[in-house]
Amino acid sequence: MPDATLQCSQPPAHRFHGGLVLQHHKADSKVDVLLPVPLPEELVLPLQQHMGQPARPVVEVGQRVLKGQLLAVPEGEFSAAVHAPTSGTITALERRPMPEPSALPGRCFILQPDGLDLWAELPEPLHCERARPEELIERVQQAGIVGLGGAVFPAHFKLRHHKQPIHTVILNGAECEPFITCDETLMHLEAEAIIKGAELLVKMLDAERAIIAIEDPMADVCTAFEQAFQKVNAPMVSVRKVPTIYPEGGEKQLIKVLTGLEVPSGGYPGDLGILCHNVATAWTIHQAVTRGRPVVDRIVTVTGKGVAEPGNYRVPLGCSIGHVVTAAGGYTPQARRLVMGGPMMGVALPDDSLPVVKATNCILVLGEDEIRDPAPVLPCIRCGECARACPQQLLPQELYWHARAENTEKLVAYDLFDCIECGCCAYVCPSHLPLVDYYRHGKSLVRAEQMAERKAEQARQRHEAREARLAAEKAAREARRKQKAEALKNKGGDAVRAAVERARARKQEKD
Amino acid sequence: MRFDTGGSPHIRGDNRVSRMMLKVLLALLPAVAVHVWFFGWGIVVQLLWASTAAVAMEALLLKLRHRPVRPFVSDLSAVVTAWLLVLSLPPLLPWWASLTGIFFAIVMAKHLYGGLGYNPFNPAMVGFVVLLVAFPREVTSWLVPAGLGGWQPDLWQAVQVIFTGQLPDGLGWDTVSEATPLDLLRQGVQQQLMMDEIRQNPAFGTLAGRGWEWLAAAYVLGGLWLVQQRVADWRVPTGVFAAILLLSGPAWAFWPETNPNPLAHLFHGGLMLGAFFIATDPVSGSTTPRGRLLFGFGVGLLVLLIRRWGAFPDGVAFAVLLMNMAVPWIDRYTRPRVFGHGGRP
Repeated sequence: MPDATLQCSQPPAHRFHGGLVLQHHKADSKVDVLLPVPLPEELVLPLQQHMGQPARPVVEVGQRVLKGQLLAVPEGEFSAAVHAPTSGTITALERRPMPEPSALPGRCFILQPDGLDLWAELPEPLHCERARPEELIERVQQAGIVGLGGAVFPAHFKLRHHKQPIHTVILNGAECEPFITCDETLMHLEAEAIIKGAELLVKMLDAERAIIAIEDPMADVCTAFEQAFQKVNAPMVSVRKVPTIYPEGGEKQLIKVLTGLEVPSGGYPGDLGILCHNVATAWTIHQAVTRGRPVVDRIVTVTGKGVAEPGNYRVPLGCSIGHVVTAAGGYTPQARRLVMGGPMMGVALPDDSLPVVKATNCILVLGEDEIRDPAPVLPCIRCGECARACPQQLLPQELYWHARAENTEKLVAYDLFDCIECGCCAYVCPSHLPLVDYYRHGKSLVRAEQMAERKAEQARQRHEAREARLAAEKAAREARRKQKAEALKNKGGDAVRAAVERARARKQEKD
Repeated sequence: MRFDTGGSPHIRGDNRVSRMMLKVLLALLPAVAVHVWFFGWGIVVQLLWASTAAVAMEALLLKLRHRPVRPFVSDLSAVVTAWLLVLSLPPLLPWWASLTGIFFAIVMAKHLYGGLGYNPFNPAMVGFVVLLVAFPREVTSWLVPAGLGGWQPDLWQAVQVIFTGQLPDGLGWDTVSEATPLDLLRQGVQQQLMMDEIRQNPAFGTLAGRGWEWLAAAYVLGGLWLVQQRVADWRVPTGVFAAILLLSGPAWAFWPETNPNPLAHLFHGGLMLGAFFIATDPVSGSTTPRGRLLFGFGVGLLVLLIRRWGAFPDGVAFAVLLMNMAVPWIDRYTRPRVFGHGGRP
């Protein structure tokens, strides 16, 4: 039977502007197995592994916890829970460097594993068909699920808050950054569960359909989905191949390619009735619903010239990056730069003692000859290659001038905040300008200015309120004083008159 | 283990300014060959002389401006400027005139404005216009092309003429040089001759000037390769050609006796050099996609106006410089629609 759900052969109807065809490097790590990582001596679990508010701790230091036990609850709606990745003892709740460029400290649980890896009692599985949508979303929230493509947006928040009713769920399996293969591995191994996860999302949102987007060269994944569709009847779920053009896997670009629609500037896919989730997020949702399993580990691609045995590893959250690399055979002599994420948008980390978090889709160790050498940088010659490559149709060369001049007004006018920092412009620049660094700087300038303006506005309001209060107080004082004076004057007048009366009376008496 | 950090992206492509400039030089080679064929070896001597002078001045100015010399000299942009200037000049121009042109191009138009990337005007065209205004006789003394009984100097003769000003015995300037086809055209139009009468002069070939049209064809060849290599944006020459064809086409269709045909306009003078190599200079040209079409169109329009009513036979240099002035305005009003900003998706 020709499968209607598989439209792998169909060319996509739409394209997005610009983009790059990059060297793939996917074969470096692509092995069709998930490799294990042994438990380390300690796990570092940041309370903030997601976008939004840090989670609030609910266990004590010194307490023994079991695998999957809730350690911290979401602080409000825009936050996510944190669970214990294994059984052991909480030895501390302290500030530790976080996996971001300057390794600024954040509050973390330190968990000493006991080596038993004992599971806590997990919530009862929910019935995929009979459970109510809100029940399912509640479960997603309990399981601490966030966008596992790297953006770590709380999943339940996206499921609950959208401007328009959702008609289409897009599962993003278009892993467009070079080197990264964690989603491809997952789709290869867990195609069936991903399809079921897609159905769950459709149910939660009362949507009409789900599209799983995969990239052109993923032939094995296509086969895996074909086989899975033989077993599951999921008429609302389809798989679509998209061409491999970076940044195809960007939410906005993917939606454009699949539907021809553009997410409005400053808006969300929900404004179009579309919701995007990573395939790994869908799989994790399926696990949470059918097995009650929270997020305690994730698949991490460990790759690059600097790693001895590249591959995809199942890593308990909180493992140090160095520990994971050791499990992957250690560093090679070429190792020069440590990147969390892909080579185009990932963040360079200063230290491998930082923990693996929910956002860590890839640990990439680049060799000397692979990294962008800082010099020599020449001036911009306005060649426009960047504008050609920009998927957001911006004018990166103009933004560069204005960012250099720190002209925030112009930066806003040239739509700096539509920049997705994909790095296409810097990749093609013949002058080797670190363009994205300039845009990040420009954005921080604008934000600082807006903050200062807000503060100034608040200060102005406070000042005016104070002036008004002082004026009112002064007026009141003045009124009181006048009243008193008046009273005094009246009183004084009476006294004088009385004295005059008395004197007159006395005089009359004498006469 | 500790690592040094840096902003993303962590990898980059192999595009380089020096590679783009080298491609421009390579794309000019067919024209240089044709030049040698029709006008002798003068051009080769000029290219070497001007390149050396340009690089020396560039290095000196970088030193004076406390800029690193090596990365900037090796970007080859000074050599490109020198070649474009020399290819606009008569091949036997005295050495001091070329030197003056290079001085105005590299020192005045480029480095005094901040060097590579900062010059609002095309340096080669600034150099050319200075020479045209200062030394009109030298700059308009073109040799008679081969096939018309002209004299094509060999390498040694060219060196002698350029550096001493002495023609070989038995030759005089009035015998080796002649008015260019564009001069003839201009004079003819001023004398109110018909096109057919003007074109009877043997200086005219099939499309435009004899020899000159082959030079133009060589620029097209190199230019198309540059466009294919994406060093030159196709929009600029397209804009130029559109202006020439759309504006001179109707004039020629209605009054063929008094107007040259559009193809002749394209293959006359420096138009092809201008369209593919000079107007496409990214630094002094427009930087937006639509702006480049408009910039090219403006150049084509001004060339036509200057050729018809201006004081000079060809107008590419003035057209380019005038459009350079309009660039900030063009860029401002031709910004592309940003993704997600409504309008036509």
